[in-house]
Order: sequence, then C-alpha cells, then structure tokens
Amino acid sequence: MADARIQIAPQVKRGDSFEVKIAIRHAMETGYRVDDVGKPIKRNVIRALVCKYNGTEALRVDMSSGFAANPLLQFWLVAGNSGEISFEWDDDAGTRYAERAAVTVAG
Amino acid sequence: MARGAAVSLAVARIGAALLAVACAVPATLAYAQSSTTRVIPLDQLKSGLAYTGEDVRALQADDFANPGMLWVERGEKIWNTPAGADGKSCASCHGDAKSSMKGVAARYPAIDAKSKQLLNIEARINASRSGDQKAPAFAPESEDMLAITAYVNMQSRGVPVGVSIDGAAREHFERGRAFYYTRRGQMNMSCATCHEQNFGKRLFAETISQGQPNDFPIYRLEWQTMGSLHRRLRACLYGVRAELLPVGSPELLDVELFLAWRAQGLKGEAPAVRR
Ligand code: HEC
Ligand code: HEC
Repeated sequence: MADARIQIAPQVKRGDSFEVKIAIRHAMETGYRVDDVGKPIKRNVIRALVCKYNGTEALRVDMSSGFAANPLLQFWLVAGNSGEISFEWDDDAGTRYAERAAVTVAG
Repeated sequence: MARGAAVSLAVARIGAALLAVACAVPATLAYAQSSTTRVIPLDQLKSGLAYTGEDVRALQADDFANPGMLWVERGEKIWNTPAGADGKSCASCHGDAKSSMKGVAARYPAIDAKSKQLLNIEARINASRSGDQKAPAFAPESEDMLAITAYVNMQSRGVPVGVSIDGAAREHFERGRAFYYTRRGQMNMSCATCHEQNFGKRLFAETISQGQPNDFPIYRLEWQTMGSLHRRLRACLYGVRAELLPVGSPELLDVELFLAWRAQGLKGEAPAVRR
C-alpha cells in the first residue's frame, strides 16, 4: 500500500529527454543494527530495481545497505512513444513490488 | 524577552525539592507569574523549521522529495479503503478530507464531547476508527497510525494552531505546564531549560529550537522514518536521562496540550522534516 511515488512531466516531446523520479518507502535495514535487547536486526534492503519504458529495460539499479531509508532516484530518459514507465523491485525479505505511471508523448 | 524574568514560585506546582534547586539557580527557572503568562511572546514564536538548515528546509518544501509524503499517500489510501463491520471507509462518512479535515488537527488535543477525555489527534482518529468505523484501532506509532495522522494533519497545513484550555481541559493544561517546567532525569533539566532558555544555541550537532509541536508527524533524518510528537518527546526525555514515558501516556498528552497552547498561532507544517 503506497510503497512508492513516481513523478514524470505530464507531457513530453518525442526525442526530448525527460526526468523520471521515484520515491520508495522502504526501511533499508542495513543488517548492522541491533534492537533494544541486543539482538541483531536482519538485513532487509532493496536488491534490484528495474525500470522499463514500454517494456524495454531502461534502468537497473543494484541497491545495497549503503542506501539511506526511503530512497529517491532521479534520472533522465529520452521520449519515444506514449505508454508506460514501470518499476519492479524486490528486497531481502523476498517481497516483490511493482509501480507504474503513464507517459504521454507529443509530436 | 521574558526569559529569566520575574519568578513567582508561589504558583509553581512543583515539589519542595525542586524549590531548593530553583533557589540555588534562580535564573534558570523561568516560571511565569500566572499560568497563562507566555514566556515566549506570541510574536516571537518560531517553528522548528527556522532552526534547521537550508537543506532540511528545501526537503520539506518539495512535496515530491519530502519523504513524509510517502506516509501521506499511504494515509490517503487508508482514508479511502473500506474497513470494519459495515465496510465503510473514512471517506464514506467524512467525504473529501481536504474540506472535512481542514483545520481539525490544529484544534487538538481537545476534550472529546462523548468520552469527556482529553484526546490528541491520534486518539481521536482511533476513537472514530473503532467507535464509528467499527474497525480495529491503529497501533500506536505503527506505519498506519503515522500514515493516517500525516494525511489528516496535512489538511491543517498553514492553519494556525489554536487549542482550548477551558473547562475540563484546564487541569490537563496545568499538569502539562507543571511537567514542562519540572526538572527531571540525571541531567536535572526541564523542557524550558533547553527550549525557552537556550533556543538558538547548539547542542552537539543540533541547534535547539523552541520545541514547537506544529509540524508533527515528522520525518526525522536521524530516525530515517516518520514519528509522532510523543516519539520526539521520548527522545528529549532520553536526552536528559529521565523516565521514558510511553507514547500516548497521560503525562505526554498533558504536555502536548501545553505545547499546543504555547504554540498558538504557529501554522501547521505536517508532514515536516527535521534533523
Ligand atoms: C461510520 C461513519 C464514520 C467513519 C467510517 C469514520 N468516522 Fe470519523 N467521525 C464520525 C463521526 C460521527 C464523528 C463525530 C462528529 C464529527 O465531529 O464530525 C467523527 C469524528 C472524527 C474526527 C474528529 C473531527 C473533529 O472535528 O474533531 C476525526 C479526526 C475522525 N472522525 C477521523 C476519522 C478517520 C481518520 C476515519 C477512518 C480511519 C474515520 N474518522 C472514520 C464518523 C465516522
Ligand atoms: C537537553 C536539551 C533538551 C531538553 C531538556 C528537552 N529537549 Fe526537546 N529537543 C531538544 C533538541 C536538541 C531537539 C531537536 C532540535 C530542535 O528542534 O530543538 C528537540 C526537539 C523538540 C521538539 C520538536 C521540535 C520540532 O520542531 O519538531 C519538541 C516538541 C520538544 N523538543 C519538546 C520538548 C519537551 C516537551 C521537553 C520536556 C519534556 C523537552 N523537549 C526537553 C533538546 C531538548
């Protein structure tokens, strides 16, 4: 439930580059911490995040415990056809997540 | 500024032991003459935002980058999701939160008409959650509690804090005020020691603010997550090595009312970002 937010310009022009942002709610538990009674807290960070633009892989990020909690990624893509930007990622706990947003290309 | 001004110990509802401490260091116990005399005058109130850095201010101002917005969004989903015996969502009864919840959080803590208890916004949401929606209450400090509070409180962004301390609220206010000015913990400090006598000065890496409550729940960078006012207060109690009162305890609720009264007129900022 509401694990991520995606931001893309409402309309982009074919051939132009446009910015994509994704903010993900994730504790990115490093595995280096202990709880109040000294028991190690299990590592649970996002492993791989893949972004696809109309089904074609556009970005792959291998994440690790060096990332802060609730990471925010910003990057640029070149506008091709209207369609969809989709994200998929998983974490050490084995949970798989998916989030998508529409992209409208003019011209 | 009235800090360190006339000290009337007669009205101080604090123990005799503290009186001795206060006499030894009179200047450090800024206890106003009447319980509603303001140590920091209304026109000198400043949100904690003023004492953070440029980076934190920028993060808070950007509704995409502000990590607290992730909780707001989750809260919006909860608002619209049916739950409980009758399958109703918050929206089924309250409609659009942007209008129905506007300014609500700014009035809390408040005495609840039904139960006659002092409730903060979390407790009020839970009273409606279990009483009206007939769904299991949100656990204190849980992701869902923080999310729905962030969503409800965001509707009071820009709305001046204004609580009532009349009627049944008054005794809570007095208790909260006494708590605020009582020295506690191994460090023997009161809330006022830091937030009324030393704001603007540095404590290790932090700049001490006036300790205002108009921004909660907050995304605190040190926590790397969202937290309630009571979690913040526990961090302050921990800092002076005092007894850690549980989230939602009557003492913290009373001091929350005092803080809200003291913050009168400061504008709501949830979801805020703090160090
Ligand atoms: C079955 C209808 C119903 C549902 C569902 C419901 N409420 Fe309420 N709620 C009420 C009623 C009735 C009141 C008291 C009248 C009032 O003040 O609006 C109330 C009061 C409140 C108040 C205090 C308002 C104020 O002005 O002080 C808050 C906050 C609140 N509800 C939040 C929620 C949230 C959050 C949810 C979902 C988790 C929810 N309610 C679900 C009926 C409902
Ligand atoms: C030893 C100094 C110290 C004492 C004593 C202390 N605090 Fe704090 N408090 C801090 C620091 C440091 C921060 C974080 C920086 C800031 O906002 O001031 C803080 C933060 C706060 C905040 C959050 C402000 C914001 O803008 O988010 C509140 C509210 C607060 N304190 C209330 C209290 C209360 C109530 C007490 C008494 C129970 C108390 N503090 C005791 C040092 C102290």
